[in-house]
Amino acid sequence: MFEKSVADLGRALAAKQVSAVELAKLYLERIERHKQLNAFLDVRPDVTLAQARDADARIARGDATPLTGVPVAHKDIFVTRDFASTASSRMLKGYMSPFDATVVEKLGLAGMVTLGKLNCDEFAMGSSNENSYYGNVLNPWDKTAVPGGSSGGSAAAVAARIAPAATATDTGGSIREPAAFSGITGIKPTYGRASRWGMIAFASSLDQAGIMTASAEDAALIFNGMLGFDPKDSTSVDRAGEDYTRSLNHSVKGLRIGVPKEFFGEGLQPDVEKAVREALAEYVRQGAVLVDISLPNAALGIPVYYVIAPAECSSNLSRFDGVRYGHRAAHYGDLDDMIKKSRAEGFGPEPRRRILIGAYVLSHGYYDAYYIQAQKVRRIIADEFQQAFRQCDIIAGPVTTSVAFGFGEKAADPVAMYLSDLYTIPGSLAGIPGMSIPCGFGAKNRPVGLQLMSNYFEEAKLLGVAHQYQQATDWHMRLPPGAKS
Amino acid sequence: MPLTSSDVKRIAHLARIEITEAETEHTLGQLNGIFKLIEQLQSVDTTGIEPMSHPLGGGQRLREDVAIDHPDRDAIMKNAPASQDGLFLVPRVIE
Repeated sequence: MFEKSVADLGRALAAKQVSAVELAKLYLERIERHKQLNAFLDVRPDVTLAQARDADARIARGDATPLTGVPVAHKDIFVTRDFASTASSRMLKGYMSPFDATVVEKLGLAGMVTLGKLNCDEFAMGSSNENSYYGNVLNPWDKTAVPGGSSGGSAAAVAARIAPAATATDTGGSIREPAAFSGITGIKPTYGRASRWGMIAFASSLDQAGIMTASAEDAALIFNGMLGFDPKDSTSVDRAGEDYTRSLNHSVKGLRIGVPKEFFGEGLQPDVEKAVREALAEYVRQGAVLVDISLPNAALGIPVYYVIAPAECSSNLSRFDGVRYGHRAAHYGDLDDMIKKSRAEGFGPEPRRRILIGAYVLSHGYYDAYYIQAQKVRRIIADEFQQAFRQCDIIAGPVTTSVAFGFGEKAADPVAMYLSDLYTIPGSLAGIPGMSIPCGFGAKNRPVGLQLMSNYFEEAKLLGVAHQYQQATDWHMRLPPGAKS
Repeated sequence: MPLTSSDVKRIAHLARIEITEAETEHTLGQLNGIFKLIEQLQSVDTTGIEPMSHPLGGGQRLREDVAIDHPDRDAIMKNAPASQDGLFLVPRVIE
């Protein structure tokens, strides 16, 4: 049963071949059996089973959606009333939110059953999940490798099928990079499509929620319940809802796939390039046309990102002062001292580093030279995508330069770690949808991801293009050896 | 333009994060590495380009300026590190 897709689980529930309570128990057992992965931070079987009983009652009443009774787990960046919400930080250890994030609420209204909260990099800052206060998440394909980050727990949980689906967030690649490293499907929609209400803020002009699943079809089904306008998020896009499954069966015949030459330059490892080129060849076999395109300033995405994201994070994280919630130091003098000590103790090294960079680039005399200049170069990069989309319908390339790296390989050098997001940051800066789908294995038999990007609001098309590949290949169906039981 | 340890101390103060001498030196090295990366932006000609603050343009939508009561005050207060009679406690700021 745990090998079934979200779509099949929904059908099995509707046909009463399995109950939501049985499914919840099955996944809770798997979570326990694969505890070593450290994917989950909070599991409360009583809460999960109560939700499952409600789902069963709803199915019995004939009032179910295709998602009712299907389990889901949430990245610990989304606040939840019934589970602790920590952002994987010491700062929020034990924090119990008085409300649910909109994404959590919407999936709950669709009838999905929450399995618990997933480990991630602290405040979603990182590319390897090594920045969690609660320890590393292991890559189910190779336990000496990182699962990617920041949504490492989400990626590992879906890869090991200890959850059929997991919410995630992407600021500079935090869905696509771990999806690639862990051999699963991950998608971020257009900026503004998923509500940021109740998503613990990192960099507000970039943060966007998405979903991780085994397949594109599953992601499309969940997007139907998850996305939409939210008046509580001031950057949410007020636009009609849509059926994200509507293009799944569209052929790619005649589809123009843009291949940016900058994504195949120096630094790209041959094993990743080989798997990605083979995936492109599969599209050509299906009748798509490859078009050479250029995103000349894509590489500037990293410096732009490391100005904008720290600037916004330094502003967002100023709310943690040890007064209303969060960690407070045990010993302190006056109020200022209390705040300084609480923040020094509560934040780990990466958030502290980014807060300091942000405070500097926003400080008097540097604001124009750094922050405004970065916002201008951000527009140059976004405009280059619009130029590219005049020549092609979809952009495809690698997600990462290499397969998953080992623990500790990049942890000591922030700059080396930051370069992990070379191919994902440009799309985040533009705010366009992007996804990663499994397309083979590289060095040490670690998974490789194919990145697909579309223009704004073309999630349905993007999911369809991914689905067509997954109809012809079975990479997304492969299970890590340790996950087969 | 490399940062100095006094810059690091100044921004740590601005950010209200306590920092020790040893951390200052270590942080300085890391920040200078990151700023070397960031400096690439200075050579880009951005004449006439509007800064991009939201991917889809437009300003932020504002809601009506009305107070909304949260129904569960206790649920909010129970996360406070120190509270009394429904109020947050902080060290004395006015003598």
